[in-house]
Amino acid sequence: MRFIFKTDYGQDINLAKHGGHVFWYSALMLLLLAAPWLFAEYWLAQLTFVLIYAIVGLGLMLLAGFTGLFSLGHAAFLGVGAYTQAVLTNLGLPFPIALACAAGLSAAVGLVVGLPALRVKGIYLGMATLSFGFIVEEVLARWESVTGGNAGIHVKAPNILGWKLDTGTEFYFLCLLLAVAATLGILNLLRAPTGRAFVAIRDSEILAQSKGIHLAYYKTLSFALSAALAGVGGALYAHKLQFISPDQFNILQSIDLLLMIVIGGLGSVHGAFLGAIFLISMPQMIALSKDYLPDAIGQAPGLQGVVYGLVLIAFVLFEPLGLYGRWLKVRTWLQLFPFYRKGMFKRQKSFQKSDRLK
Amino acid sequence: MSTTPLLSARDLTVRFGGVLAVNQVSFDVREGEVFTLIGPNGAGKTTVFNLISRIYTPTSGSISFAGQPLSSLPPHKVASLGIARTFQNIELFEHASVLHNLLIGRHTHRQTGLWSDLFFTGKAREAELKAREKAEEVIDFLDLQHYRDSLVAGLPYGIRKVVELARALCTEPKLLLLDEPSSGLNVEETDDMAFWIQDIQQELGITVLMVEHDMGLVSKVSDRVLAMNQGEVLAMGSPREVQSHPGVVEAYLGTIDDVSNLRRPAGAPLARPEAA
Repeated sequence: MRFIFKTDYGQDINLAKHGGHVFWYSALMLLLLAAPWLFAEYWLAQLTFVLIYAIVGLGLMLLAGFTGLFSLGHAAFLGVGAYTQAVLTNLGLPFPIALACAAGLSAAVGLVVGLPALRVKGIYLGMATLSFGFIVEEVLARWESVTGGNAGIHVKAPNILGWKLDTGTEFYFLCLLLAVAATLGILNLLRAPTGRAFVAIRDSEILAQSKGIHLAYYKTLSFALSAALAGVGGALYAHKLQFISPDQFNILQSIDLLLMIVIGGLGSVHGAFLGAIFLISMPQMIALSKDYLPDAIGQAPGLQGVVYGLVLIAFVLFEPLGLYGRWLKVRTWLQLFPFYRKGMFKRQKSFQKSDRLK
Repeated sequence: MSTTPLLSARDLTVRFGGVLAVNQVSFDVREGEVFTLIGPNGAGKTTVFNLISRIYTPTSGSISFAGQPLSSLPPHKVASLGIARTFQNIELFEHASVLHNLLIGRHTHRQTGLWSDLFFTGKAREAELKAREKAEEVIDFLDLQHYRDSLVAGLPYGIRKVVELARALCTEPKLLLLDEPSSGLNVEETDDMAFWIQDIQQELGITVLMVEHDMGLVSKVSDRVLAMNQGEVLAMGSPREVQSHPGVVEAYLGTIDDVSNLRRPAGAPLARPEAA
């Protein structure tokens, strides 16, 4: 058990709260930096995907996990980013400018979608974003002169001012850099008034408002930031796959994204990464286990969907805090050994909710 | 104590469909006083609070704060004018620590924008340090040191009540609205609350407008009391005057006639329904 003796406010503000944080996150960073020399190319590609999905996950986490607005059409932002990047890169624009445009356009679209979010809540917001997802998918498929329609579009390798990143290793480092930057940005927001305002809106709008938080501003801001991160993720996704088509940004992708953050652990930055690892490794696990299952199950179509569904149901029932919540429990168990009590993470049922102003 | 009204309500009326929740209520809250609204359940006290914090809009009538009309303001602007409130059924961010709750109270004093927050610039850090300093002052004032880092969800009711008061104080308000500060508190905690309200008035110089049922607390801390019943003003004055006002007694206990009908003449047998 670690007891921190606090002597100044900076200790509460710093990202690394104690030596343990510094040590473990430095170790993780070193591992990630050394990854190209440690892992085979295939696994490095998987790790790249994890980083890309983590960037998108961070965006969705900001929106759903920290501001409490659920988007069922997040793949649309991914698509807008991916297509912007593809079109601009193919026009010969350098990577940084194309990326900025992809993020900017996604954010602008996010802003437009965020406006109805000021009026609708919960399930209705889900429906609004869902239909928005369909609209974008349809636009990508029909606007053939720009997007190439259902035939898809090829994407050239990223080009940073004459330096062409056409190997997997170079691209991995690019993704790592952006993922770290995105994480630091989100962490910074969360320790500043902006992030606190988001969390306040998630917990109680009426209360946030009575503390002087402008609901409309922060909700649209959250949508725009979330969409911008999805746009960045989409741009990297386009480069990684080198070929994109509208059906990669359909409802299934949106649900995958939502699944990712719910399983990772809503309301935690770690959750975005854990969820991304889950989302990328699950198909591999299923593929590996297929050989050991009876044919009737192993070869059945839609096995992946069933497994995803079961896992999601299991998490909602048994571990609503997701993988990160599970890790917290394991960590507490280790820290307190042998004094861990079973009810430690049980939430007290709150009383007197009935009179809450809506 | 000056006599200029800090908050003045004129002919406030609110109608929810056919229900007249507040009817022609006018009052002035003077700077530096503790002003209490009392009245039986459903008298419209909390509705008046919700009108001041702009959760509801009055059907007619007006409220002005320090000479500025409130009815045209969007709800989130009310806090930055210097009006802070607590809620009847504690509204705290339950999954956050006490300190975090207090820091949210500092929102109206934020000095940084999105970009400096995103990069956590030196300015953002400085602002954050200042916010924490202020929060610590309030923690000190209300003796919450012990609970600074605890999650609100795990705190007992009495402490939550104090945390909510602390968060309201963090906004450095000119006017503090307390909605039943003693509800759910035991005798000892109610006494503490009375001391704090007096301290808030005298040491911090904050004007307090509260709704309260506990008459002991009301008479201990209030300078003036307004009694309401069924949306209308019954009486206004010092706690003693209001408590002895016949209208107030009637609203709480019923009229003397109601009682005298029940009285049995001396010597008459007990009226038993089955004997009749």
